[in-house]
Amino acid sequence: MSFINLKNVVKVYPDGTQAIFNSSLSIEKGELVVFVGPSGCGKSTLLRMIAGLEDVTEGEIDLDGNRINEIDPSERDIAMVFQNYALYPHMSVYNNIAYGLRSRGIKKLEIEAQVTNVSELLQIGDLLSKKPGQLSGGQRQRVAMGRAIARDPKVFLFDEPLSNLDAKLRVQVRLEIKKLQRKMGTTSIFVTHDQTEAMTLGDRLVVMNKGVMEQVGTPMEIYYHPKTKFVAEFIGTPSMNFITGSIKDKTFKASSFAVPARYEDKDDVILGVRPEDISITKATTGVKCKVELIEKLGSSTVIYCVDMKENQLCVSTQSRASVEVGDTIHISTNNKALHFFDRETSKALTK
Amino acid sequence: MIINRLTQMFAHFILLLGVLLMVIPIWLAFTSSTHDNVTLITEGMQWYPGPLFIENYDEVLNEKGGFSEEITATGMLINSFIMGLGIATLKVIISMMAAYSLVYFRFSLATPIFWFIFITLLVPLEVRIFPSYKIVSDMGLTNSYTGLVLPLVASATAVFFFRQFYKSVPDELLESAKLDGANSWRFFIDFLVPLSKTMIAAMFIFMFVFGYSQYLWPLLMTTDEKYWTVVMGMKLIYVELYEGVSLPRVGQRFAYIILSIIPPVLIVVLLQRWFIKGLIQTEK
Repeated sequence: MSFINLKNVVKVYPDGTQAIFNSSLSIEKGELVVFVGPSGCGKSTLLRMIAGLEDVTEGEIDLDGNRINEIDPSERDIAMVFQNYALYPHMSVYNNIAYGLRSRGIKKLEIEAQVTNVSELLQIGDLLSKKPGQLSGGQRQRVAMGRAIARDPKVFLFDEPLSNLDAKLRVQVRLEIKKLQRKMGTTSIFVTHDQTEAMTLGDRLVVMNKGVMEQVGTPMEIYYHPKTKFVAEFIGTPSMNFITGSIKDKTFKASSFAVPARYEDKDDVILGVRPEDISITKATTGVKCKVELIEKLGSSTVIYCVDMKENQLCVSTQSRASVEVGDTIHISTNNKALHFFDRETSKALTK
Repeated sequence: MIINRLTQMFAHFILLLGVLLMVIPIWLAFTSSTHDNVTLITEGMQWYPGPLFIENYDEVLNEKGGFSEEITATGMLINSFIMGLGIATLKVIISMMAAYSLVYFRFSLATPIFWFIFITLLVPLEVRIFPSYKIVSDMGLTNSYTGLVLPLVASATAVFFFRQFYKSVPDELLESAKLDGANSWRFFIDFLVPLSKTMIAAMFIFMFVFGYSQYLWPLLMTTDEKYWTVVMGMKLIYVELYEGVSLPRVGQRFAYIILSIIPPVLIVVLLQRWFIKGLIQTEK
């Protein structure tokens, strides 16, 4: 029996909009699961349903073997870190952290010990007497974390907690959250729209789109074996290239492309290739393209080009290619890393 | 630069004019309250303090007035203070609770109920004074502090202000508090009350002044002189002016006026720091 179980969960808002379609998921104890998807995909709604802040329209949510649908959020033993942190503005940092403990009737001495513990863990010991208004974004973030940790809950929920931080701090806090979660071993769910955050943090990812769980799996599974075109497109930067064509005699053919494909013959197939699986060849056998734009990132170079049939292609290369805008280059694909999707259903083809 | 200076001076001139307009009458009343009646009647109001400060104020505070001579100005001041305090406190508490229920509990008809409360603004006490009196006298509350205070404790204005304030409190705060184990009562006490401190101070001042300056209601309510208020006493002291038994006691009257404005001024001075914050605060 898993620690958290979602069984056929559905969410319909009173105005009739359906936010979550029949979703099922099992989360093991100690796991860090990331819900990732574009805004409006229902990831936050699902998280809030687990927290008890939204009603479950249909289906069941189990926590530690008990159905929690009808249990009040305060009784669920779940802690949440909000996007804007939702610190209590009128309380000192100490009281912010201690409040949840107090309302659970824990003794004063124990609270003091616990707050000291947490503040040491998060290095906010010198902030305890300050009010949230006097803290910087990063410090507020820590206090919000501290408040969640202090109670030692069964589950941590993170609702895009890094999106209000600047880029550098975000990476740092991301690492800290990961370390902390490892150390404490508390089951956690993290919601984000940032796929880098998702890939780096999660033991497993749940990629969501329009209220549907498109794919559940480890970051590598999802990266290398996306089950739908949406997942393939959403995960990975720069985004995967797509070319429409058809498969005949174990070969995928599109306007200017021809690559081996070990699938049944089929029309309306979409080929997906990641930018790093395309390379520039010296030989003129590859597909001929014209370079339109170059982004030099230092560690890699991203080249945007069009082939002779006006297909947009993106190539990412590690080498310091001496390519200029307007050049004509020849490219070839790594044929072991091709993805094929059915154009109608957007699902990956199966052999 | 010069133009800036000029506009600044002009602004200060206007402000000073306003201050003088407000302060001069009070100053005149105060200085006149320290002279003897002969000087006041023959020479008019006095610009400088006179020698009779202690005598005049002592007379006003301790002389018994009214028909049965049971009440002194001190007693009336205390009565008014109790009335103002009671009305302000209860108004604030009731309005906060009403606004809390309107904003945070999603019962049907919450909005119509709010507008219904709001409409009561159109029906001031003077309009409903007869039914109010009937109810209070049927309950046997005439000539009591309860009777003075209770009919005036509902306030649509305060409900409105608190409702608007609660609506500006972010939802995450409630959600976070819920996850921290706060029930609805604790959320009210631990969060909304401290967060609306400034708002409470502002409302308290308004409501205190409102309660303190009530005239018609205490006039109807109290037949027993023990419950007379300062504003009612004001009328008595002027009635005496025209009866003219002996020399009109003008100095004492001014002393009485000065005394009567002390409690509201005290409240404003004590709470003004929060009061101003409450009025200008925008986002929490």
